[in-house]
Amino acid sequence: MEASDPVNSKLSRRRFIKGVIASGAAATSTGLWYSANGQTRPAGAVERMIRINVNGQLRNVDVAPQETLASTLRYKLGLTGTKLGCNRGECGACTVLVDDIPTYACSVLTHSMKSKSIETVEGLEAPNGDLHPVQQAFVEELSPQCGYCTPGQIMAAVGLLRTNSNPTREEARQGLAGNLCRCGSYDSYLDGVMRAAQIG
Amino acid sequence: MAYMHIGKDFVPPDVPGKVTGKIKYAEDYTREGMVYARLLTSPLPHARVVNIDATEALAMEGVFGILTADDVYPDGESNSTGLKILTNQPTILGEPILALAAIDEKTAETAIGKISVTFERLPFVLDPLDSLAEGGSDAYDGGNTFVFREGFKSEKWTQDQVASFRAGNEPTAEPQQTVAYGDLEAAFGESAYIYESTFTTAGYPHQSMEPRSAMAYWEDGKLYLHGTSQSLTGLANDMAGIVGVPKEDFVFINVATGGGFGQRARANSIPSMAIPAKLSQKINRPVMMRITREEEFTIGGARQGFQGWVKVGFKADGTMAGCDLYIVSDNGGKGGGADAYSAADCISVLYQTDAVRFRGTSIGSNTGHRGAQRGPGQNQIAPIISPILDKAADELGIDRLELRKLNAAQTGDVGGPRRIPFTSAYMPEALTMAADRFNWADRQSRRRQRNGSKVIGLGIGQGYHNAGRSGMDGIVMMGVDGRLRIHNGVGNLGTYSYASTSRAAAEALKMPWESCDVINGRTDNNLPITSPQDGSNSTFTNTRTMWGAAQDMLAKMKEIAATDLGGEAADYDVSDERVHQIADATVGMTYAQVAQRAMELGGKYTGEAELPEELHEFTAISVSRLAGSGFMGVFHDSNHEGNPPGFTVTCTEIELDTETGKYEILDMISIGECGTVLHPQGLKNQLVGGAVWGIGLSGYERHLYDPQNGLPASTGYWQSKVPTYLDTPSKIQTGWVDLPDPENPVGVRGIGEPAMGAVSAALTAAISDALDGHIFNAAPITADMIINHVAGVDSEAVPLAQNNFRG
Ligand code: FES
Ligand code: FES
Repeated sequence: MEASDPVNSKLSRRRFIKGVIASGAAATSTGLWYSANGQTRPAGAVERMIRINVNGQLRNVDVAPQETLASTLRYKLGLTGTKLGCNRGECGACTVLVDDIPTYACSVLTHSMKSKSIETVEGLEAPNGDLHPVQQAFVEELSPQCGYCTPGQIMAAVGLLRTNSNPTREEARQGLAGNLCRCGSYDSYLDGVMRAAQIG
Repeated sequence: MAYMHIGKDFVPPDVPGKVTGKIKYAEDYTREGMVYARLLTSPLPHARVVNIDATEALAMEGVFGILTADDVYPDGESNSTGLKILTNQPTILGEPILALAAIDEKTAETAIGKISVTFERLPFVLDPLDSLAEGGSDAYDGGNTFVFREGFKSEKWTQDQVASFRAGNEPTAEPQQTVAYGDLEAAFGESAYIYESTFTTAGYPHQSMEPRSAMAYWEDGKLYLHGTSQSLTGLANDMAGIVGVPKEDFVFINVATGGGFGQRARANSIPSMAIPAKLSQKINRPVMMRITREEEFTIGGARQGFQGWVKVGFKADGTMAGCDLYIVSDNGGKGGGADAYSAADCISVLYQTDAVRFRGTSIGSNTGHRGAQRGPGQNQIAPIISPILDKAADELGIDRLELRKLNAAQTGDVGGPRRIPFTSAYMPEALTMAADRFNWADRQSRRRQRNGSKVIGLGIGQGYHNAGRSGMDGIVMMGVDGRLRIHNGVGNLGTYSYASTSRAAAEALKMPWESCDVINGRTDNNLPITSPQDGSNSTFTNTRTMWGAAQDMLAKMKEIAATDLGGEAADYDVSDERVHQIADATVGMTYAQVAQRAMELGGKYTGEAELPEELHEFTAISVSRLAGSGFMGVFHDSNHEGNPPGFTVTCTEIELDTETGKYEILDMISIGECGTVLHPQGLKNQLVGGAVWGIGLSGYERHLYDPQNGLPASTGYWQSKVPTYLDTPSKIQTGWVDLPDPENPVGVRGIGEPAMGAVSAALTAAISDALDGHIFNAAPITADMIINHVAGVDSEAVPLAQNNFRG
């Protein structure tokens, strides 16, 4: 087997990233992945305590400048119901409501959330433990399979029903189209949304 | 038969946690003192690590250590295929070379940027046929294929042989494997219609929604690993060996898994989980390793692509006389996968072919590693064979449904080159049910109807996978409270089989579901061994073990009652959580009382004596820990006779736009034939989920690599084209035959894999139908391919190309 010139990993990592951009794949450096999860304050970095409204509660958090809402929710506030499937705006697993609008939490910065109201799947249950109609309907229809996309599907459905309380199945399909399900449970999720509209 | 639980819907215990976000996946856990691992992965598709200099990184504040292949394989890496934990011999771009642990991920990434790795660049190859051609590069060090007991080998065809195959001809090179039955020559001799063509199917990534993150820590000499897996005890049993820890000192925790379709079933397909385990051991801290989508693409595995040739002959009456199949399968960067043989097996089973010959050669490419992925082989061949059946039906003047009925498998038939009888088979019933509910006959008038640029296509397809195993164990326990604790080692991959198979135990003891607890989620819950949750096997396999363990408890209950209350054990029955005399139901004991007596009696009643001799080592550890703590039923399921099949039939109607090459699925029905129905909602989910996978196989999913540098270009969901809500019909009708299988105590068999094949077969047939019977001999069929065909433009793609654009 022919051996070629030795290659330095750092050089080739840069080439790799350039190559991926050139080949049309996502231009996200793995070096930035999860970087918002820094636990220590890098010297000279701009970090600050901000206050955000999550599930009706004002929460003080120490947020790095580039920190995504998904990171803050999961790793600072312990709200792990919001899932990360891709962390690049492709799958919808991280969907939360921001001022009632379904939003990919992996793709917005926490700093932009200061005057907004954020709702996550943890905020849907009533204080007495009653499930939200969408949650109840998803249980009754056994909509989830593995469940990893479920919180995102639920938040997208809640957002849809707030603007259209009686959607057609086609409207529900369009409304949830930003949420992937690798298990392929789309049919069962739509059954869930239609039932939720009935019981809601 | 009237059942209390079998065939009834219920709320599986994990569902509320899934809708509230409370259920925990591996990445949702934290541990005091937890640090974070990041990976340095290969920037090259084929290379050798010459040197690693981590001095600068290790000197950084907040860095705790690194783990390399030299750490995990102190005696050197084995010279074989298969995923490694870490490697100095990467054969896939993105393969993990080393892991570094730091106080946070930002620090870890920064430190990894300071590690200098010197690689020796080696030639790479993306298309197995390019590697097979004389002078072509080999994907592995030492060859392009791995032969059992012989090691690596470089398999080469002449350039002319490869060119001739690409040009559409039968391969002339000697295959690595040949399996045959029947007289093929005679079969083709008596055929009234013969179809022959090359074909190709694309590889594509697993892309489970949850990346395979893992967290590990050691405590009191025990390893605790929070991981992601389709299987629980089936995986843990082997994972202990990969990490190098005794089974009794290994706790695998996996309450929920974010999707598993084959590649997360077995420990050797997720060795990456050993990284945080080994790193944690080295630095003596809990380690969380979060995996990114790109990393998941590389280590998550992929379906094998096929480059094949097929010849099929049909007699004048429509029976399939013979099938000759030659497949070069893409073994990817780490070897693995025996899909091609299963493709031949599937044709033999589904069409009861008189003579079959399979010839196969497996060749590596420097692309994602290959292995189990929803119906490996059976499903790749489904979209290839279905339009051929339609062509034969049209040529022979037979209705397409009738042709399938005439070749359909039924009870008493045998299947596959090994001619194994089915435990039961009701394919004719499934075909009839699908056709009737779809109004197949009435819809024929719409066939190829045109409306402007749009045209209607109708398709029918069948799917198959063998769906059940034996050789596993079951444990049930009862406390003095009379509750039944069903210890189930089945993984929670989203099928709910961990819960639905447990209901066989409740059924045997006529126990209300509310009085049962399913014990699952972590191996220190003392679980029995099960086979991995792959191959549609869980339903058949684990209802047998659960039923068996409950029957053992039932027999012991009757013995105790007879001892205390008089008479023989045979004089007793159970109902309403009591064991009582058949002749006088007032003479009896409550389950709680029996459990109390069992505790007093001890011995075999509490798992301290007279255990089944064949219990698996893993189960034996669990039983020894449970012994004396409660009333125990325990069972080893030694074997079963025959092949339990899972069958599906799908009918679909599409409207294809010849101007855009896109199509809308107007209607679809999928019927399952999997014995008695165990859990209707779970079965429906498998059917609709499999349908989405079938739509992806037929129309969308692919592997794309940059041919110049070997860079993967389909690492994400969108580029690999996982189907969305909008690619799939808003309603998929489902149904089931619901006839019992005699080899299972509650009549059930599995369904997960064939749910995909029938849809893929039906959809490809419908596309072909809409285009006047044109056969693409490919999966997926992309919009570009359709437009090119309609426009009469020859594709610029290399024929039979793998891991590249087509169309
Ligand atoms: S994780 Fe945010 S869109 Fe996928
Ligand atoms: S339920 Fe598994 S990804 Fe949607």
